[in-house]
Amino acid sequence: MTAALAAGFAAGGYWFYDETPYYEKKEILKDLKEFRMDPTAIGSEIAVVRGSDHTRMVRALLTQLGGLEAFIKPGERVLLKPNIGWDRQPEQAANTGPELVEAMVVACREAGAGKVLVTDVSLNDPKRCFHRSGIGPIALKAGAEVVIPTERDFVATVMKGDRLKSWPVAEIFHQVDRVINLPIVKHHSLSGATLAMKNWFGAIGGARNRLHQDIHVSIADLGATFRPTLTVMDATRVLLRNGPTGGSLDDVARRDTLIAGVDEVAVDAWSLRLLDKTPEEIPFLAYAQARGLGMADLSKVRIHEQQIG
Amino acid sequence: MIPDLRAIRRLYAIFFFALFLFFLTMMNGEDLQGYETDWLLALDPLTGLSVILTSGMLYSALAWSVLIVVLTLFFGRFFCSWICPLGILNQFTGYLFSFLRPKEDYARNRYRSYFSLKYYILLSLLVLSLFGALQIGLFDPLALITRSFILGIFPALQQWNLPLGTSQMLVHGGVGLALIFIALILANRFIPRFWCRTLCPLGALLGVLSWRAPFRIRRNVDRCTDCMACMRHCQGACDPQGELRISECHVCLNCIRECPHDALHFGLPGEKSSIHAPIDVSRRRLVETTVAAALFHPMLSSADSSRTEPLPGVIRPPGSLPESDFLARCIKCGACMKVCPTHVLQPALLESGIEGVWTPILIPKLGYCEHHCVLCGQVCPTAAIRPISVAEKVGVGGFKTPVKLGTAFYDRGRCLPWAMQTECIVCEEMCPTSPKAIWYQKKKVVDREGQVKVLKQPFVDPELCIGCGICENKCPVQDLPAIRVSSVGESRSKDNQMILRSGR
Repeated sequence: MTAALAAGFAAGGYWFYDETPYYEKKEILKDLKEFRMDPTAIGSEIAVVRGSDHTRMVRALLTQLGGLEAFIKPGERVLLKPNIGWDRQPEQAANTGPELVEAMVVACREAGAGKVLVTDVSLNDPKRCFHRSGIGPIALKAGAEVVIPTERDFVATVMKGDRLKSWPVAEIFHQVDRVINLPIVKHHSLSGATLAMKNWFGAIGGARNRLHQDIHVSIADLGATFRPTLTVMDATRVLLRNGPTGGSLDDVARRDTLIAGVDEVAVDAWSLRLLDKTPEEIPFLAYAQARGLGMADLSKVRIHEQQIG
Repeated sequence: MIPDLRAIRRLYAIFFFALFLFFLTMMNGEDLQGYETDWLLALDPLTGLSVILTSGMLYSALAWSVLIVVLTLFFGRFFCSWICPLGILNQFTGYLFSFLRPKEDYARNRYRSYFSLKYYILLSLLVLSLFGALQIGLFDPLALITRSFILGIFPALQQWNLPLGTSQMLVHGGVGLALIFIALILANRFIPRFWCRTLCPLGALLGVLSWRAPFRIRRNVDRCTDCMACMRHCQGACDPQGELRISECHVCLNCIRECPHDALHFGLPGEKSSIHAPIDVSRRRLVETTVAAALFHPMLSSADSSRTEPLPGVIRPPGSLPESDFLARCIKCGACMKVCPTHVLQPALLESGIEGVWTPILIPKLGYCEHHCVLCGQVCPTAAIRPISVAEKVGVGGFKTPVKLGTAFYDRGRCLPWAMQTECIVCEEMCPTSPKAIWYQKKKVVDREGQVKVLKQPFVDPELCIGCGICENKCPVQDLPAIRVSSVGESRSKDNQMILRSGR
């Protein structure tokens, strides 16, 4: 018995013996899927519609771009990514308007989506943000599933950026077939404007506040990584000052406009006029165009504008 | 046919313990509103009485405690076995532990003279209350179990990923609270209901109130054979086999079930009923305790504490009363910390002095005060945190100024645009006021390589800052943030101010 124990301890010592002081834990990185139907095409074509009825406006936009059926196949899981960053009400224009989210959920279901999901990584308490933005309740009512990521729901993901090489991304982005970006046009002190590419801050976790230190390159990096199927920009109400949080109705102007396109750089470039800014003032657009992510030069973009109702 | 009173008591116990857990789970802020989750806490006559002593009023729902007082006058300490969640938990765990000992071991339920300690604890807490120092929260069983569940058990359960609805809470000094609670529960292994019999000041108060209760355990001396079977599951250690100690009896009614000779009943006296023993306290000790507590109070109040001077880390929840009134109301139950959506509300250790142990303070590294949230005031049973409206908090609709919890200050040696020539202003982005309390100046700087950069260097406007702490919470300088909130400027204090304003 004693001999067996002694032999056992000796064997154990041999088994565990190692000269290396420490093994770095290997991070397993996941790649995001391709969300676009045709990854190569940068359809430099955007549609702009003005009006008050979001259902009709969305329908007009999608028809202009060839119908939503051209972007999603029947049965696919479609993730909508509005901006639900703040504990603010729709009138305060700090979040994407619930009217657009509702119209898009309905449109996706009509186009044959197997499942429509709505998510964002909020900055205030997520439950409050989803509820008070009006998006949580209206998305559920329209038949979508609402996904509120918790601290545990992030996976290390490859970033195709100059500065960002990997970052934690909400897991739901790895579990869907298509992603439609639903940003809102807003003032933002550091970057100049919160637009479509800036909206990908709401897809990632980790110490994302650190991205502020090189915000223009970071935004372009996110734009290079997240390639949405389609972008529909909300400019129904536009927050002109005190962004991105807002709070006062004095800072909000009604613009009753939606902008859509596959090329989110072009969508961003066009939307800037609602904040009385030009693409030249916003460095991340130049970075994005230089990297071939899309067209910031609007003279090279086909723009279809129409008025509804 | 006499109804099985013990079975009825058990049903009540299950109901009230379930209600306790239900109220706790309702305190999750999920529906963005407060419910009457403080009702169970408000049933507590000890809270009612001592808050009357410290603040001269019986606040709102605390009036329910009068009902318990009246019922106790007639029926004795039924609260301890029928309603009190800590009593019920002690009883249940004591019952489970009873399987570990021999059937004949009646001695564990024998009365011990040190059980009278609780009366002296009660007296000293009441004397302190009379001087305005509310410390009943340390010993009150409802506050104790609520606090232990909120700050000990729930956060631990969350570690196992159970669907508890709220995000993981990290508790300031948390394991201490959990260990105290576990020790109290384990004590039942050796002395059943050790807490209830020995330490509980609420039990002592109810014991005093039940002194003349007409409905009580009565023993028919003719039928009794002195077999001692009634002692086997006696919860109060109240000597049902002899001269019943009415003030110790928890009205568990186990003795009636255990008696093989039907010698015991609960109710009015019969012809052959035994006499009862008085409360086991000595007048001399009562006087000694009173004097000791009265002498302790000046020592307590001569300490450097948040009562005597403003302290930077004592940032109280929105709607909190001025500090001395706050300390005269807060029973340290932790309900506000449970309902807080960001978990910025944390139990103080010594930040506000000995008196303020386990009272709520904001620790902005762990969370921030959510701009439109007023849940803490909705669940506070004693209005140490007033139930304010969202309009009052943010200063709209007739309210001229928002509720300020403190003021944020830059640490320019750590702030990236100030010290490291690096772009940042995350704080400005997060600032929830409109217009923002954080503003910036553009400044040209030359970096080490001689390159000219234009940076946005942030400032705090002390008139607009509400001290919510989101800037500190989201600052990328993770360990010791470059912007930090301290309590100065808080609206509840006249003294803890720094800016000279007209009209003040």
